[in-house]
Amino acid sequence: MNHHIVTDSESDPASGKKARLGIKFFFIYLFCYAGFVAIGVTNYELLAVEVFRGINLAIFYGIGLIVFAVLLGILYNILCSRYEDKMKEEDNV
Amino acid sequence: MIYGISYVALAFFLLFVGLVLGLSFYLGRKTKSAASYYAAGGRIHWSVNGIAFAGDYLSAASFLGICGMIAVSGFDGFLYAIGFLAGWIVALFLIAEPFKKLGKFTFTDALNSKFNSRAISLSASISTLIISIFYLIPQMVGAGDLVTPLLGLPHWVGVLLVGLIVILIVATAGMNSTTYVQFLKGSLLIILSTILTVYILKNGFTLTPHHENQKYHSFVELVPEMNGNEVVNVNGWEVLDQIDVKGKQFLQLRKDGKVRWFDLVKEHQHYKLKEALSITKTNDGMILFNGEPQANGNFYQVGHLSKIVMDGKEVEETGPVGPLEYLSIIEKSELVRFTNVKFDHQGQDVSLFYQNVTSGKAFMLPGLKYKIGKGAGIWSKLDFISLMLALFLGTAALPHILIRYYTVKSSRDARKSTILAIAAIGAFYILTLFMGLGAAVNGVLDVESSNMAAPLLARAFGVILFSMISAVAFATVLGTVAGLIVASSGAIAHDFMDVYLRKNLKDEAKVRAGKIAAFAVGIFAIVLGMAFKGMNVSFLVGWAFAIAASANLPAILFLLFWKKTSPTGIAASILVGITASLAIILTSPTMWERYGLDRAKAIHQLENPALISFPLAVLTIYILSLLYPKKEKFSLQKEEKTETAFT
Repeated sequence: MNHHIVTDSESDPASGKKARLGIKFFFIYLFCYAGFVAIGVTNYELLAVEVFRGINLAIFYGIGLIVFAVLLGILYNILCSRYEDKMKEEDNV
Repeated sequence: MIYGISYVALAFFLLFVGLVLGLSFYLGRKTKSAASYYAAGGRIHWSVNGIAFAGDYLSAASFLGICGMIAVSGFDGFLYAIGFLAGWIVALFLIAEPFKKLGKFTFTDALNSKFNSRAISLSASISTLIISIFYLIPQMVGAGDLVTPLLGLPHWVGVLLVGLIVILIVATAGMNSTTYVQFLKGSLLIILSTILTVYILKNGFTLTPHHENQKYHSFVELVPEMNGNEVVNVNGWEVLDQIDVKGKQFLQLRKDGKVRWFDLVKEHQHYKLKEALSITKTNDGMILFNGEPQANGNFYQVGHLSKIVMDGKEVEETGPVGPLEYLSIIEKSELVRFTNVKFDHQGQDVSLFYQNVTSGKAFMLPGLKYKIGKGAGIWSKLDFISLMLALFLGTAALPHILIRYYTVKSSRDARKSTILAIAAIGAFYILTLFMGLGAAVNGVLDVESSNMAAPLLARAFGVILFSMISAVAFATVLGTVAGLIVASSGAIAHDFMDVYLRKNLKDEAKVRAGKIAAFAVGIFAIVLGMAFKGMNVSFLVGWAFAIAASANLPAILFLLFWKKTSPTGIAASILVGITASLAIILTSPTMWERYGLDRAKAIHQLENPALISFPLAVLTIYILSLLYPKKEKFSLQKEEKTETAFT
């Protein structure tokens, strides 16, 4: 016995497009994240190299991953909202 | 550690806890239906939900644990911040919207939305319960650590206090109130952390980190007379004993009737004795701090720089610095950490914390906790990969995070909430880097527990800031524990009793069963919180992430993205994920040590199980879905319902 909660259950014609975009973005980020782990395991010394105003690659890459996640998220929302609005317009027409 | 009670801090603390409880009771009066209890009726605004997401997520592990681990192990602590945030990418890009569309009460309902399988109900409710309990342990440990300096009470009292308050909150309210509590807490946590970071930068660096209300201890250094490697005399001190512990020499000396421990080091061909901190459990059960009773107050907070290099020159202090300059100066300087060794001395248990001079360069790289550099063994490298995998994959599979998707109205709102949460959490994690490093060099660390690094740093800067940060940290624990207990009670009362046992409970009975379950889980959490005292809370949360990644994530991803996923595959993969991850955790070196055994002789040297347990669960769901495909009726349902994220 399952129970539905109060949700906006209208159909979403843009869902397929959004899902494909999500997967693309996921792999872009995964590549960057795995890159950090791979450098740590295979070429540790590289993390000690100074890259920006006295800051080493480890700190730069780490903070970069956090900032990149936020930027990628914002971009994803903009694109998804655009898909949704476009689909809605097409439906109305 | 010895702390005096601060009445200002206490007043703020009581005010804040009172506010939280008042809010819960007020909102709780509106909680009548099951939908309202478990998912706030799906009516929370996305911006409130986004910050509440952050409030939920920024648990004791983030605020207390990450800051503490950065303060003690440098960059290795920051790895948790990187991984915790990266996990949101999986949640946002793969899970948030399709999961929201399934539109159910709990994680189990969502997973079972297409199959109505009792096996899924059972396995998913077990997994929710186990993950929530593993996540509860560090919260309770953190709560205990928090009340010690705040109220001057023992650790176990803090654990008990949090447990009882949360049981009261959850039993009277539910998800509606926890959302607003989390919103309030999330906002305050970010604001106060920003203020603390500004203090840190304004304060800069100094070799003698005295603070207005807190003088830093000047550590004694002695020159011994040697005969070969043996100390024969120390001017003004009586030499009691010299012992070897894992290749290091320690001296027990006495002066004016007081016994102290020193670390024998050789620097530039000369021997020195450096003062260490000690906690000794005597044969008659007394605990001595630096050879004296606790009440004497001769046990110190630690953590300082031994060399400051600014613009290529050695200086004694820097004055205010910018954020990038702050990181750069630490990297070029040298700091003193305190390393712990434990040994038996004449039948007494001695825990010694000796000075460990560490270059800023090593401190700002991975390797002090997770050895991955030159000479690192295969186990430590695998452990590092396994931890990063668990952190990345765990977030999206945490039941108490997943249920927050149901508290907003639409899937668009779920997406916007998640992005706001990522921005808020990301900003907070960058601040943890400064708070952790600030604690490492400002003489505020409690050697007994790294978890209090950030609140103790705040105390050095002023009692008002300390009281506010402590109150928010306490509310952090309250809010997270409340969310976890709601998720656990949902797993027991709804998933197990109502769905699996088919009790067919009415709405009111379901809420009542949830509250009874919340009470039981709360009591269990209190007991575990006491048992795991002293462990870093981020490390403990790493385990919860690994179990979530292994048990839940393969099931969620396959359900959303692979049409051939069958109920047998889902149920089996959850069980395999739980069993494999639990088996690896319970036989890990850390647990071996907890059992009182030698960690080096543990069955394996892997601390985090995800590297093995996640692929195992993926293989299970794939193979069993092929071997035991879903029945025809489910395939037909597919045509009518939204089957995968691609439709």
